[in-house]
Amino acid sequence: MAFSDSFFASKFGLRTKDLESYLSDALSQGGDYADIYFEYLATSMIAMDESIVKSATQGVSLGVGVRVISGERTGYAYSDDLSPEKIRKAAKVAACIAAGPAKVEKAPLSEGQKRNLYPVLTAPNETGFMERVDLVKRAEKAARDYDPRIFQVQSTYADSLRHVLVANSDGVLNYDRQPMARLSVSALARQNGGAPQHGHAGGGGRVELEFFLNEKTPEHFAREAARQAVVQLDAVEAPAGESVVVLGPGWPGVLLHEAVGHGLEADFNRKGTSAFTGRIGQQVASPLCTVIDDGTIASRRGSLNVDDEGNPTQRNVLIEKGILRGYLQDQLSSRITRATATGNGRRESYEHIPMPRMTNTFMLAGESDPEEIIRSVPKGLYCANFGGGQVDITSGNFVFSASESYLIENGKLTRPVRNATLIGNGPEAMKYVSMVGNDLKLDEGIGVCGKEGQSVPVGVGIPTVKIDRMTVGGTA
Amino acid sequence: MIDLARDVVRQALAAGATDAECTISEGNEFSAQVRLGEVETLKEAGSRGAGLRILLGQHTGSSYTSDLTPEGISQMVAGAMQLAAVTTEDPFAGLADESEYGSIPGDLRLYNADVERLETGVKIEMAKRAENAALTFDPRITNSEGASFDSHLGRRVFANSRGFAGEYRSSHCSISAVPVAKQGEAMERDYWFHSARGFADLEKPEDVGRIAAERTLRRLGAVKVATQRVPVIFEPRTARSILSNIFDAVEGRSIYRQSSFLAGKLGEQVAAANVTIVDDGTIPGLFGTSPFDDEGIPTRRTTVIEKGLLRNYLLNIYSARKLGMKTTGNASRGITGNAGVGPGNFYLEAGSRSARELIQSVANGFYVTELIGSGVNIATGDYSQGAAGLWIENGELAFAVSEVTIASTLQQMLMGMEAASDLEFRGSTASPTVLIQEMTVGGR
Repeated sequence: MAFSDSFFASKFGLRTKDLESYLSDALSQGGDYADIYFEYLATSMIAMDESIVKSATQGVSLGVGVRVISGERTGYAYSDDLSPEKIRKAAKVAACIAAGPAKVEKAPLSEGQKRNLYPVLTAPNETGFMERVDLVKRAEKAARDYDPRIFQVQSTYADSLRHVLVANSDGVLNYDRQPMARLSVSALARQNGGAPQHGHAGGGGRVELEFFLNEKTPEHFAREAARQAVVQLDAVEAPAGESVVVLGPGWPGVLLHEAVGHGLEADFNRKGTSAFTGRIGQQVASPLCTVIDDGTIASRRGSLNVDDEGNPTQRNVLIEKGILRGYLQDQLSSRITRATATGNGRRESYEHIPMPRMTNTFMLAGESDPEEIIRSVPKGLYCANFGGGQVDITSGNFVFSASESYLIENGKLTRPVRNATLIGNGPEAMKYVSMVGNDLKLDEGIGVCGKEGQSVPVGVGIPTVKIDRMTVGGTA
Repeated sequence: MIDLARDVVRQALAAGATDAECTISEGNEFSAQVRLGEVETLKEAGSRGAGLRILLGQHTGSSYTSDLTPEGISQMVAGAMQLAAVTTEDPFAGLADESEYGSIPGDLRLYNADVERLETGVKIEMAKRAENAALTFDPRITNSEGASFDSHLGRRVFANSRGFAGEYRSSHCSISAVPVAKQGEAMERDYWFHSARGFADLEKPEDVGRIAAERTLRRLGAVKVATQRVPVIFEPRTARSILSNIFDAVEGRSIYRQSSFLAGKLGEQVAAANVTIVDDGTIPGLFGTSPFDDEGIPTRRTTVIEKGLLRNYLLNIYSARKLGMKTTGNASRGITGNAGVGPGNFYLEAGSRSARELIQSVANGFYVTELIGSGVNIATGDYSQGAAGLWIENGELAFAVSEVTIASTLQQMLMGMEAASDLEFRGSTASPTVLIQEMTVGGR
């Protein structure tokens, strides 16, 4: 696709010479670098609750953000009006960060290499509404049909289609069309007037609507949510204190996201505030652990053709056989530390300044049979599903909450246990990984990562993993 | 803008809607971040958005746009109408009686012009002073994630087809500092901030920086304690998060869906006899105050728990109808969609003993200064969070503790709760220091 056929050129008449002129305005007070980011976002959401399609919302937002970098300083301004006067005004406000003569040397804009990791012909929000409503109805029915003890079901379908265009003073010009869809189901189960128990499942990605008809159906997610809720009905109190913990494959990869991922973002490391600062080349995990962040996996929720600074995403090795190999970079940190861009500069919207962020973060499969891993544990906890997690990157302490877990007694999964938070320390916890399964699984496409008030979609994945020591926050 | 909102409502009715509600929101933000004495980031911009929710009989449809041109507005109206055709008829959907709409009178002091008049240089200086106070407080403060000054000016407009139209402006500014301390190989960070509606009400940046430094330093040398059951004291910053959990358990949606441990418990004793929890959206100058809620209903004061007895839930129009009750003026939404329920100023009333006295009453216990994670289950009341803080020995804060968990149930925590006298409103949810009789601390 030529630039003239791209979304912003065809819909708003944007020309490359306009972009070059805005970038000149941005650098009119000096500065080392400027970029401009256009975003058009159309979203829709349909929610069914109590067997009624209770809400449906759709809308559009549009805007442009201009950034100027001068040394370690950043100026940023944005506008929700794409008129040239408003864009120039934003460029001039952002330019105030720099003080000096205009920077005149600017590379001429040239388009980056094109690829398409998500060749979605018809984005989900370009399909009929009734087809999308049908997904939430099917999910609701399947969850209720799963077990008579299910008494509340909420199913939500949400999609978006984002068009972005980034141009910068290094000459990068890139644009992308980014579809996304997600179906999620939450179910509540109750027996004999006892406490309601919650189950949740969902997934999607940068896919067409057919994904939910052929690959991961509403029934798939609904049964999973209902199953989790029903399992919890018999849950006993979780143990308190240190324990052997086995993580099941897939979504428990949240562990990597919290324990190591955030701590390897280049902004914290450039500033020396991460528990991983200065540890490149050191052993930070057991030799069984190789951790990757890969923004190039086709159709995945965390994948991008180009990051929000116009750099192509790539596959980055973070930890190789336990040795820390690299950080996740954005434009600012890679400029300051003279590191190579890794394609991890992301932002929530045109109103936000890019930061180094994860894409899809996972651990490579090992050699152990998952059954054998469980058999090796005389007493411990098996975590099949997680809720969210959080990390304090400076101390390295992180938590995640286990939403479906089981006691391991004499090498067998016995009773389900109630929700509990697990806590560990990033550079330490991974040293206790003693077995890694051969069953790497990526999550189903539901992750949202929050950092400094900005949310972006991400993916995680992990094989079955045994950790010899973690603290479990139960009451028993 | 109020005329635009009224016009959107008219257009929706003309397009065939039975009823319509329009929200328009406008905001200007400014942020200055400094680090190690230098400006790191300056951000300044504004944006606007409009949202529409319509009823077509008992069907609802919602839409929003950032394009407030006539073309953008007519697309928004068409979008909401289109979606009303795909939702199900809901017997409980609908607006309130005309008589219920309105604004509370008087100056609520939500907007202070001194925030708008601030010059960039002054704002940068505030952040620099806060950071400098933190960096120079102690040689063990070796680094900083920076300090910032943020301000926000907003305007919110709401109009509906029952004749309500209202608007209010708001202002907000804040200073924060995040120092980093080092001792041996171990690093710790903590933060402190202060927010106010007006610049003149803001605490001195030197105080913000100093408190941030003190908080960071006292985390150094933290150890993990043995697993045990002990009394736990939450300082106001962490106690606030328990109040947020309780809010989630008394808001209307979780009640009518029976997904809260407090559903069906009105009139019952759910907390210790000295516990009173109130929601009040009318207190001038506070962060949870507004003249009307996001459905155009006047805000008010509602006692949620009175001396341990559960008295009221917090409701919007929809959840009130579902429960056969009246709205409490707690509707909350962004700019579009069916309204949810949000807090006004939701707080635990102060008790009689000071925080110091509560600490002195504990022979062996945990003083929690930081919570991490999302391990609270409102349906069951199960509570399990990561925590850091200080260990209490013989009534004194003795040493730093981290990488532990605290667990109980919200039911037991409420029954074993005592509030100290130090209630202060630093956000829309507020709590004094709180003592919980017993929780499980998970450690070694």
